[in-house]
Amino acid sequence: MTTTTATHRGFWYRHPGLRLGGLLTAPMAWLVVVYLGSLAALFLTAFYQIDDFTGQVVKTFTLKNFTTLFTTSAYYESVFRTISIALLVTVLCLVIALPLAFFMARVAPRHWRPLMVALVLTPLWASYLVKVYAWRAMLQPESGVLAWFLNPLGLDGPGYGYLGIVITLTYLWLPYMILPIYAGLTRLPDSMLDASADLGAHSGRTFRSVVVPLIFPSVVAGSIFTFSLSLGDYITAQIVGGKVTMLGNVVQQTYVTNLPFAAAVATLPVVIIVLYLLAVRKSGALENV
Amino acid sequence: MQTTRLLKIAAVSASAMLLVAACGGSSGSSSSGASGSASEGAAAPETPGGAAFAGPVGEGEGQVNVLAWPGYVENGTTDPAVDWVSGFEKETGCKVNVKTFGTSDEAVKLVQGGGWDVVSASGDATLRLIYGDNVQPLNADLVPNYADVFEDLKLQSFNSVNGVPFGVPHGRGANLLMWNTDKVTTPLDSWAVTFDADSPYKGAVTAYDSPIFIADAAVYLMATQPELGITDPYALDKTQFDAAIALLEQQKELVGEYWSDYTKAIQAFNSGTTAVGTSWQVIANLAKAEGGKIEAVKAKEGATGWSDTWMITKDTPNINCAYKWVNHIVSPEANAAVAEWFGEAPANAKSCELTADKDHCATFHAGEADYWTDVYYWNTPTTACLDGRTDVQCIPYSEWGTAWSALRS
Repeated sequence: MTTTTATHRGFWYRHPGLRLGGLLTAPMAWLVVVYLGSLAALFLTAFYQIDDFTGQVVKTFTLKNFTTLFTTSAYYESVFRTISIALLVTVLCLVIALPLAFFMARVAPRHWRPLMVALVLTPLWASYLVKVYAWRAMLQPESGVLAWFLNPLGLDGPGYGYLGIVITLTYLWLPYMILPIYAGLTRLPDSMLDASADLGAHSGRTFRSVVVPLIFPSVVAGSIFTFSLSLGDYITAQIVGGKVTMLGNVVQQTYVTNLPFAAAVATLPVVIIVLYLLAVRKSGALENV
Repeated sequence: MQTTRLLKIAAVSASAMLLVAACGGSSGSSSSGASGSASEGAAAPETPGGAAFAGPVGEGEGQVNVLAWPGYVENGTTDPAVDWVSGFEKETGCKVNVKTFGTSDEAVKLVQGGGWDVVSASGDATLRLIYGDNVQPLNADLVPNYADVFEDLKLQSFNSVNGVPFGVPHGRGANLLMWNTDKVTTPLDSWAVTFDADSPYKGAVTAYDSPIFIADAAVYLMATQPELGITDPYALDKTQFDAAIALLEQQKELVGEYWSDYTKAIQAFNSGTTAVGTSWQVIANLAKAEGGKIEAVKAKEGATGWSDTWMITKDTPNINCAYKWVNHIVSPEANAAVAEWFGEAPANAKSCELTADKDHCATFHAGEADYWTDVYYWNTPTTACLDGRTDVQCIPYSEWGTAWSALRS
């Protein structure tokens, strides 16, 4: 009997470790070779320098790139500007997404939900460039929609620049903030809200003490999207930013003439995101996801 | 668990192997980098690029991959009437795959990335490509139309080394001062409104988004601050360079947008977002064709310009198609067509009779050597000063790049 069962079960059945390893090879290869490997190569290049005339990379170890980066005021101003744009975009997305997601999840009739989710997702079907160029036309200081709307009120449109970048990025990443919060809100049990009302809490207190802690992980998930996507963006700055540049633009401008310096600049967003994720973990938002 | 630990160890050792591979893998670039740095101090490194193709030019390989400035390789997609490519494709069987770039830096990076056969390089790209071992010398005997090219374009400092030509001259033009006539009512003739702090067009000025634009500031300083002693805007010592950067910082207050994508420049000028700034004749032509109210002139202080060279990449597999293309684009008919479409002076002396506008060569001063005396073709700044000074060191292009990115940040 035992010999028959042994021949029935195959090699992979008898070696679960190898089976697991085999299944994981493809995604692990992608993760380690493509993703981590290229990050490692990038980090290494930051310590090299270039030959002045030919522009080719010379593999001698130097800290020159990092010292230039941290001692030139233009560059760390760029860092602060980029972080501030990313934070502002995150906050604005949150302010717009919360009421929208709440309406979708709690207020609207149940059978409307698929339609509303589809409507939120539709802008993602359009190409990134199409959307940003559309905003370029809308932000145009004289003929754009915003100017047409605000000029009769005596105000100037935001035009191209810092504000233009923030508005465009908020528009672009809004679906990524709405959907996680919507998902979190739909999972909120009605019984919690009933219990809170039974205990005598007003809706404001319920929102503050019951809803917010429960959807906090979703908010954080959405903020990771908006923060990291805004931190690395450079195309939007080129199209609607006027002469304002972000960290990604510094990389884009220097990677041809000075690849090691561009690599040094590129490691900064990686470090910032790692710090952001550590802060997120500290806040406990990832506990019960 | 045992499996998880094993997987962790496997992941770490794989990353370690990758690091080792990354260090040793690109030894190709480090060896040419080493040879470059060894000769950095010398005034003129050995003639690079290997041997030129001996010829003869045989049957085409079926395709040629061309990197070109916008407007140089028109195959009817921009305007159905503008096409000097389809005829070439039918005649030679070489399909032309063209990609355009916005700045010389993009061009250098694309060529170094590989996969291209021919590139139209300006002077600020040519020397980097030559000494970076990316292009091969030209065998002029294989290009019959080379003989008809204007003499003052051949064997210049930016397209030849030790008397060996590295490509075929394409044409030349100047960077123009362009303005939107709705915003700027009086005709301009000077760069002053784009540089001076009291310019009436603050916030509506544009400038070219490339480190080479520092030379434009230097050209303006040649006229306004002659005490700096600048004779060649690409040969700037520390004092002169700092003065140019200071002028550009001042200009930054006036700038609304910097441009490198010519379609964005067209749209910016036409919509009035930009009132005045640096531009190319092709941008002026296309903007006017779209109904824009545009004027463009060469400013009185002089201007930077370009003299482009068609270069063939080293070790290209499509060498026959490459030589056929280079000979075609410099032929009187094609060169005349490009020169008129783009708005530049042709390189082939015989093109002047073939342009639709009989005054084209006169308008663009094709054969006039004096016009080009205050047009400073894009060149590659090196530590050894290009104007011949030996008592000072000049700022090399890599530092132009760093200074420009600091300015733009």
